[in-house]
Amino acid sequence: MKSAVILFPGTNREKDMADAIERASGRRPDIVWHRETALDGYDLIVVPGGFSYGDYLRCGAMAGNSPIMRAVKDAANRGVAVLGVCNGFQILTETGLLPGALLRNAGLKFICKYTHLKAERCAPPFTQRLTPGQVTEVAVAHNEGNYFADDATLDRLEGEGRIVFRYCDAAGRVDATTNLNGSRRNIAGIVDTTGRVLGMMPHPEDATDAGLGKTEGMPLFESVAEALVSA
Amino acid sequence: MSDSASTAPRANPEIEITDDIVKEHGLTTDEYRTVLDILGRAPNLTELGIFSVMWSEHCSYKSSRVWLKTLPTKGPQVIQGPGENAGVIDIGDGEAAVFKIESHNHPSFIEPYQGAATGVGGILRDVFTMGARPIASLNALRFGDPDHPKTRHLVSGVVAGIGGYGNCIGVPTVGGEVNFHKAYNGNILVNAMTVGLAKADKIFYSAAAGVGNPVVYVGSKTGRDGIHGATMASAEFSEDSEEKRPTVQVGDPFTEKLLLEACLELMATDAIVAIQDMGAAGLTSSSVEMADKGGVGIRLDLDRVPMREEAMTPYELMLSESQERMLMVLKPGREDEARAIFEKWELDFAVIGQVTESGALELFWHGEPAAAIPVSPLVDASPMYERPWEPTPPRAPIAPAEVPAPADYGALLLDLVADPDLASRRWIWEQYDHLIRGETRMPPGAADAGIVRLPKEGTAIAERGPAKALAVTTDCTPRYCLADPEAGGRQAVAEAWRNLTATGATPLALTNNMNFGNPERPRIMGQFVGCVRGMGAASSALDFPVVSGNVSLYNETNGEAILPTPVIGGVGLLADADKAVGLALPGAGYRLYLVGETAGWLGQSIYRRLVEGVEDGAPPPVDLTVERRNGDFVRDQIKSGHIAACHDLSDGGLAVALAEMAMAGGVGAAIAVEDAADTLPPHAWLFGEDQARYVLAVAAPNAAAVEQAATGASVPLVAIGETGGDALKLGGLATISVAALGTAHEGWLPTYMSGEG
Repeated sequence: MKSAVILFPGTNREKDMADAIERASGRRPDIVWHRETALDGYDLIVVPGGFSYGDYLRCGAMAGNSPIMRAVKDAANRGVAVLGVCNGFQILTETGLLPGALLRNAGLKFICKYTHLKAERCAPPFTQRLTPGQVTEVAVAHNEGNYFADDATLDRLEGEGRIVFRYCDAAGRVDATTNLNGSRRNIAGIVDTTGRVLGMMPHPEDATDAGLGKTEGMPLFESVAEALVSA
Repeated sequence: MSDSASTAPRANPEIEITDDIVKEHGLTTDEYRTVLDILGRAPNLTELGIFSVMWSEHCSYKSSRVWLKTLPTKGPQVIQGPGENAGVIDIGDGEAAVFKIESHNHPSFIEPYQGAATGVGGILRDVFTMGARPIASLNALRFGDPDHPKTRHLVSGVVAGIGGYGNCIGVPTVGGEVNFHKAYNGNILVNAMTVGLAKADKIFYSAAAGVGNPVVYVGSKTGRDGIHGATMASAEFSEDSEEKRPTVQVGDPFTEKLLLEACLELMATDAIVAIQDMGAAGLTSSSVEMADKGGVGIRLDLDRVPMREEAMTPYELMLSESQERMLMVLKPGREDEARAIFEKWELDFAVIGQVTESGALELFWHGEPAAAIPVSPLVDASPMYERPWEPTPPRAPIAPAEVPAPADYGALLLDLVADPDLASRRWIWEQYDHLIRGETRMPPGAADAGIVRLPKEGTAIAERGPAKALAVTTDCTPRYCLADPEAGGRQAVAEAWRNLTATGATPLALTNNMNFGNPERPRIMGQFVGCVRGMGAASSALDFPVVSGNVSLYNETNGEAILPTPVIGGVGLLADADKAVGLALPGAGYRLYLVGETAGWLGQSIYRRLVEGVEDGAPPPVDLTVERRNGDFVRDQIKSGHIAACHDLSDGGLAVALAEMAMAGGVGAAIAVEDAADTLPPHAWLFGEDQARYVLAVAAPNAAAVEQAATGASVPLVAIGETGGDALKLGGLATISVAALGTAHEGWLPTYMSGEG
């Protein structure tokens, strides 16, 4: 699997992401500077977490309009798998690759903690190694992770089986008490209509290391490595 | 005062330097006389401003230098001791740890978010200026009484500011400490520490060299923010101190992230001769320090400085504390290469001057002289005072039996774990990204120190093998320091050393942040002297040298001083991150041991404060020989793999330590309680704060080896009980469910911050 991790000014989780991809696939991704305009030959493109352009305008808004994102969109249209995590998810919504928006956390504070996710859509290329209803524990680290979309959009996402993760507790309970940032319907991650563009707020890349005692983000990267191995 | 023969350089507003202007600049009559001697004439306003900030307490350490010189700063592990932007220690394999702690107390009280944020930004800059990538941050915070009307607002703003900066730049915040005490009502303390990783043979220093070499300005543009911040940090507060808000700088962590990456990219070449960040006193102190350390002069053409605002004057440019700026001396002919890197990162880059042989700081404004000051007199003649001091009167020890037992041990322990000084800090550290970089081996709350791994970058992950790790901690017990500064100074160092040891790390070196009141009061100066002496003794006995530090004086409001607060930031090394131990009880069936001697010391204890409402008596003594012996034993046992969990005993004593271990692991424990009514009653045994003690959890098969090793090392080791169940059983005195402890411990801070407390 050949992968690219996009680097914007202010991106800061590229190392974590590159480590996770290397652990799952045995191959380190290329780090691609945001001024590049072509993204040819990659099986996976990742927009990692951070504070692109300082998040000073609206999270992801500046990066969403950068030249490299046109190349990401082109690649997605060709069927290349695209993963956006945290600020990357925000950027993917800004580009229109994914619907909705990420608002400020309901608690008005930055949240960094391990939390539980309930897997819903379990399909290639991102989540075929998970089973529907499976609960995994991964970290979040965000200030604007409160997923918002109108009811029609949410109904469509649910109807089309495009909700990938929802916030829950260890027992898999999904309700207001397990919704850590106010996201509508506890949504933590969604895919586009093709299923090949995934955006999620939590950081599975920070749970891929037995040496740190956290490995439950690994199935996602193993899914990707498995799905894209022959490509 | 303007009895000069020659005339000052022009390019300044024609302002006559009157007595009032001198006073406004914080210079005494004697100090101003020295200025006149150095220049041989009256200064112009720019020059006066430069003398003022360079000789401020904040920059000159004029009250503290004479004492700080007595601290031990050497050791085989020390690459760079105090005097540079940060200390540097050798951690093997050609790698170095670069670290320092620094205060941003005064600005944080006035504007908590920006004050704390720029404090974090400043210390990060100090570390990457030396060529290190920051890999961990910590902080030490002191707030006023929780009931004081400003406290909630200050906690909220400071925590958000620390997170806002650290999270954006992408450095994990992995540890820290917080106290609440009414002595900080008018002067909170915000001390920020950063640790970076560098190659030992690629450390960058600030000494300018090479006559004719270009002096380069990079980073943000200069505005009018923070003018006279260093002077503000060198004066007491009064009720109108909030009017000083315009002198608080505004931070931009995004720009600092770019500056960090650009600097590290340039540092990978060999284009840099010297580099210095612009912190307090901005362009003034950076250029003066670079020139002084290199024994050269520097010419600056100030009109070339990138400016954010219109019509700025040389005076303002030299005194601005705009953030995210660096000054560098480059090798000749390397400007274009360096410019390309900074332009790639969308940062300003300007050649603003050159190294000269004049030995003077010469400033020009559109070609006209704006100031000229000989550098070495400016630095060497900076005042150094042996301020008069009074020793702190000793307080009488308190016999355990003099202190009443609690009516209900269970209720008391619940109150203790919910005490503002002992309650969970989760509400705080969940606002800090403590996981970024993916190397956090022990996050906040998991162990006595934060631990970050040092991966072998450049080697495939699958082939890396065991990774080294750094353990980091910040510690101080201010009430001990007030009662007995020397004992308190020792204790702060010993506790930092102990916290590192309790994870299995070998303590290597420390950085200190000396926070005190007005040093012109002999009583306060006596606290400073006592703390330095105690720190020096402990640092020397534990081979734990001081490699960097910061002093913050004048932490007083309307004559009320803070508690003496000499914060220690300690750094230790683990050869194998996998062998680090945390404090959480790992499960049922483990033996529990108490390491160290228990006399039941209740003077200055949290127990006594809670039960009787008094902080009195002498603080616990620190026997450094015992400290070392017990700590070396614990570390050896951890390294041998015999220890499943370890926690040092500090505030609240044995009972609180056990409660913390039980809560962290979600497992109960049952212990036998010693009872010698006359000499060591149960409450003294459970809540006494005797030093040099640890609790160990040991799997049964390892118990004999641990006991044997303790005997061999003459270390007191008491088998106190076993883990298991869902409650903490203190002999026959109380049984408290772990869940109830957790509710109390986790509840206080969120409830308080929600305004319902």
